[in-house]
Amino acid sequence: MKVAICGYGAGNVRSVELAFRRLGARITGDVRGADLAVLPGVGAARAAMAGLRVRGHDADLRTRFAEGAPILGICLGLQLALSCTEEDGGVDGLGLVPGRAVRLREGRVPRIGWAEVDDRGAFYFAHSYAAETPCATAWSEGVVAEVRHGSFTGCQFHPEKSGALGAGYLESLCLSLA
Amino acid sequence: MPLPRLIPCLDVAGGRVVKGVNFRGLRDVGDPVELGAAYSDAGADELVFLDVKATLETRGTLLHLVRDVAERLAIPFTVGGGVRSAADAEELLAAGADKVAVNSAALERPALVTELSAALGAQAVVVAIDAEGGRVRSRAGTADAARDAVDWAREAEERGAGEILLTSIDADGTRAGYDLELTAAVAGAVDVPVIASGGAGNARHVADALQVAQAALLASILHEDPARLCTLRDEVRELGVVVR
Repeated sequence: MKVAICGYGAGNVRSVELAFRRLGARITGDVRGADLAVLPGVGAARAAMAGLRVRGHDADLRTRFAEGAPILGICLGLQLALSCTEEDGGVDGLGLVPGRAVRLREGRVPRIGWAEVDDRGAFYFAHSYAAETPCATAWSEGVVAEVRHGSFTGCQFHPEKSGALGAGYLESLCLSLA
Repeated sequence: MPLPRLIPCLDVAGGRVVKGVNFRGLRDVGDPVELGAAYSDAGADELVFLDVKATLETRGTLLHLVRDVAERLAIPFTVGGGVRSAADAEELLAAGADKVAVNSAALERPALVTELSAALGAQAVVVAIDAEGGRVRSRAGTADAARDAVDWAREAEERGAGEILLTSIDADGTRAGYDLELTAAVAGAVDVPVIASGGAGNARHVADALQVAQAALLASILHEDPARLCTLRDEVRELGVVVR
């Protein structure tokens, strides 16, 4: 299985690569042709969108989505797939998934640490914004934890940082595409 | 709220994990790659790696070591030591860190926190504060920063810090318990998560720290026996703190 990681100049792309390599995937730079394209999840929204545009990944991802080719967005990667985000004074997203990202208003922000996702166990979160979308498929403490829409899957948690449980999540996703 | 976290800390100097008492008398306690992997396997919630000599020797952090440690981890990984610019921080993230911790450089130039937060997002920026008698010390505890710890924590948050890692130099390595008073003061002054550090000697100390902070840093209490993390977690749970 070929996995393309859409880097945007910041963030820990390597941990996502390592997680997929451990599952036996091959990492490719070909975003359009990969079996799965991953939009990883560390950074600030404005800089990340600008980084995607510079690399042409915004167009690549829209094309993939239109073709029904699988895309995984992690954390900020989920939020960038929405229509827009409140972050950095308001930034337009890729618009693959209806909805927007809004600033968390309860508890300590950033929301950092391991939290239950429905009844699936605890995954690792590190975020200040969260999705408001009709496409939510899992929740964690009232926060949207997973989104599915067309060929797009987004997770607000970091499966690549969630130990064995996170590895299992990515493996299931890969198996569902095989 | 997410679950309280237990975070092993690797203080690294010269490529080895070291530990001192009150920041002095550093001794070798192991290999960072092996210890990092052992903690990850033992169920650590995160791992912190502090290159304690980077600031003193004004050299860049040990990128290759960060790379090797990250290779073996599937948990969040914070790296600190010698970060002076967003470019330094991005190098660490590229090597496999998820967050960077800044200390002396942020005290010397507080705008660094703002720059890091804009480039990496607040969730990737940890401001580490070393405090003695409630006052901030810089350069691995060797210099007086002429600041109050609570005030500096508040400013760091305003500038975009995503977490405060608060180390009590008074308590560091003593195994006599965390500085709960200082930790509570800082946690009460900011809305970002606070990681308590310095002084863990037993499960009660850790459980007490997790009543006032969102995470507890663990070093001396673990280094001679990484498997201690598993038993410590069970003991903390028995004391009524829900941990992962």
